[in-house]
Parts: sequence; structure tokens; C-alpha cells
Amino acid sequence: MQPHTASSSPFKLAALVLRRDIRLAARRWDQVLQPLVFFVVVITLFPLAISPELSELRRIAPGVLWVAAMLASLLAADALFRPDVEDGVMEQWVLSGQPLAWLLLAKTAGHWLLTGLPLVLMAPFMALGLGLNLVGWPLLMGTLALGTALLSVLGAIGAALTVGLRRGNMLMALLVLPLEMPVLIFGAQALDMGMQGELVTGPLSLLAAMLLFALALGPFAMAAAIRISIE
Amino acid sequence: MLANPDQSASHNKLEVQALHLWRGEHHLLRGVSFAVNTGELLQLHGPNGVGKTSLLRTVAGLLPAESGVTRWNGVDTHRDATRFQESLLYLGHSSALKLDLTARENLEFSVGVRDEVSAEKCRQALLKVDIPQCAELPARVLSAGQRRRVALARLLLAQAPLWILDEPTTNLDAAGVTMLEGLLAEHLAQGGMVLTAAHQTLLATHPGNHVLVLH
Repeated sequence: MQPHTASSSPFKLAALVLRRDIRLAARRWDQVLQPLVFFVVVITLFPLAISPELSELRRIAPGVLWVAAMLASLLAADALFRPDVEDGVMEQWVLSGQPLAWLLLAKTAGHWLLTGLPLVLMAPFMALGLGLNLVGWPLLMGTLALGTALLSVLGAIGAALTVGLRRGNMLMALLVLPLEMPVLIFGAQALDMGMQGELVTGPLSLLAAMLLFALALGPFAMAAAIRISIE
Repeated sequence: MLANPDQSASHNKLEVQALHLWRGEHHLLRGVSFAVNTGELLQLHGPNGVGKTSLLRTVAGLLPAESGVTRWNGVDTHRDATRFQESLLYLGHSSALKLDLTARENLEFSVGVRDEVSAEKCRQALLKVDIPQCAELPARVLSAGQRRRVALARLLLAQAPLWILDEPTTNLDAAGVTMLEGLLAEHLAQGGMVLTAAHQTLLATHPGNHVLVLH
């Protein structure tokens, strides 16, 4: 008896992982909505705590949006690999004969679609509430799309490292936050500069470069961390 | 080259030599050696905590051994991990099911990672493990024994010669154990091989049956 050597293409494999995660999310939508609700609630609290004055809110809006997006993404990252590790599916993936890094990258992409993209889509409405002007919307969504994708990959590395620990989420925040600082700085800066009518290609290019770098090397870090975590 | 697929087509061999494993301060496995050939069933016996699960996980490649070699058809399994993993199916303590997916969806997604599989084939496999009525039920509502049967159906769908089963009879009723023995016998007859840890001897009268007692 011989094994069926894996014939499915990498893209079919990724599509399978995505389909599974989206179907799971549809059945546990309350959990998937958590980061989005967090994002909205945090931003809504700022006018209450600081001042409902739009001129004042407009000044801090980029920072508020970015900090909220970052914390929401950190909150979501803990649940990225934990369920699959706990119910033994990850073990099966490790032993599937397929490249684990690719499977984990597909899973991270699904995670961004389910938790990052809703933030990006919701951001213009939150920005409207904070008094940002209309012309800033494409820029806001663009920077947030790049940024949340980067945060998803960084969060996934942290999640893979700490998934074997019982209370890993605190440690994960400590591990991942320093790595996420540049994302926050450049993201908020791009938005700030864009609102003042300056050219934003600098910080945007840096964000895009960081995302490409993280996409290229991150999955291998995740795979190595997962192998150690499930020992 | 033993690794040549043409030459190994009729025969596979798993060899474990002088395996040592430490878990923390505890020297769990002290030089375990054995070999399993096509058509053979090797059962690990021994009291709880003696290291049966650790041995199975080490052979599968989930745990790194301190020393010792595992060879699949003469090739170190760490050197050609992908090929070994394609030849291997591991069933651990957990049945590796997503509770929010139905039994059929679970099979489609877990087997699909290894190889393409149709919904129809998944239903047939569930029929073979005697739970066709559970195909469209979420795994959450299945009993522990039924979940175990879904996990066994995965073995039937993902074609691989080596089955590594950790306590496969857990939660199975008497009919389930008989069904499992039937599946094992069929797998062995088709040229498969099985490495298992079990508290009860399965297929005691099978000619390829061997027992390794750990102590």
C-alpha cells in the first residue's frame, strides 16, 4: 500500500483552509465580532472622556483610530491558533506532509479577512464621528488595510509562540507590542500627514515594505514556533 | 536506494533504534528498539505513564528524541520528513474534530489537507464506521464514541500505509471495538501496518500481531 502523494496545488490548499475558517466563523460569529465591537467601543469612549469638540477630536483622531485598531488586532490574535492546537487539528496539520508555513499563512490571511478587514471597513464611519474630513477616507482605509495585515502577521507569530502556554495572552502582548510599535508610528504618521495635505508615500512605502518582509519570513517563524508549542 | 518508490511499492518498513527520550528530569524511554513490516501490527503495552504516548509521538515526529533513529524504508524520518508524513496517519488522544463543523465537513477539511476528497467518499467512510446518520450533525452533539468513529473514518479516507494509533479503543463500545478490529485487519491485508498503544490486545490471533511491553 502506497500513500497518495499530495497532489492538490498550494492554492487549492490555501482555499481549503480559508473555506474552513470562514465556515467556522459563520457558526461562531459572536466571537468573530468581538474585535470589531472592541474597536467601536474604544473609539466611542474618546469623545466622552476628552471632549465632544470636533476640532479637538480631529487632532487626535489618527492616533485614536490606530491605537484602537492595534489593540483590537492584539485581542483577536490570541484566538488565532489556540482552538486548533487545543482540539488536535494542528497536530494533524504538522503531520499532513504539507508545508506547515503555507497552511499557517493561509490561516493568518483568513484571520485578517475575518477580523482585520471589518475594522478597515468600519474605520470611515468612526472617522466621521471623530470629525475627519471626507478626502482622508481612502488614505485611512489604505493605511489601516496595510497596517492591520501587518498586525495580523506579527500577532500570528506571537500567538504561535505562546499557544502552548496556559495563560499565554499576557506574554503574547509583551512579545508582540514592541514589534508592532513601528506599525503604529508609521500608520498614524501617514494619516496625520495626509490630513495636512502632505505627501504620504514615505510612511506608506515603509508600511508596505514591512508587510512584505513579514509575509516572507513570518510564516516560517510561525511554523517553527507551532512545532515547539505542540511538543 | 531503498527510498525508491518503485522498489518499496510492495513493502514498507519502519525501524526504531535505541530511542531515548527525557521528559524534564524523567528518563522516559531508555533505548527502545523495534521494527514493523508491511502487514504487521505492533501493540505497545505497559502501565499508565510508562511512555507509550510519548513513544508514539516521537516516532510520528511530534516529539524530538534525545538520541536514537527512526527509519522509514531505510531513510531517517527527520531527513525526509515530508515523505514519511505522507505515509503516516496519526490518531492521538484527541479526535481532532472541530465541534462546530458536521462530521462530514470535518472529514472533508481534515482529509482535504492531505489529499482531495469528495463529500460522497466522506459519507461512505462514515457508513463504514457505522454512523451514517451522523454525517450532517455537528460534532458538538455527537457522543464521545461517535466522535472517535469519525476520527477512525479519517484513517480510511486518507490513504497511508502506516497507522499510528494512540488508544484507538477509547470511548468505543464493544461493537465499535469489533468494527475497529475489522478495519485494522483489512488495512493489514491491504499491505498496511499499524503501531498502536492499547490496554486491550486487538486482533490477538492475527498472524502479524506483535506485542512490545514497556516497563
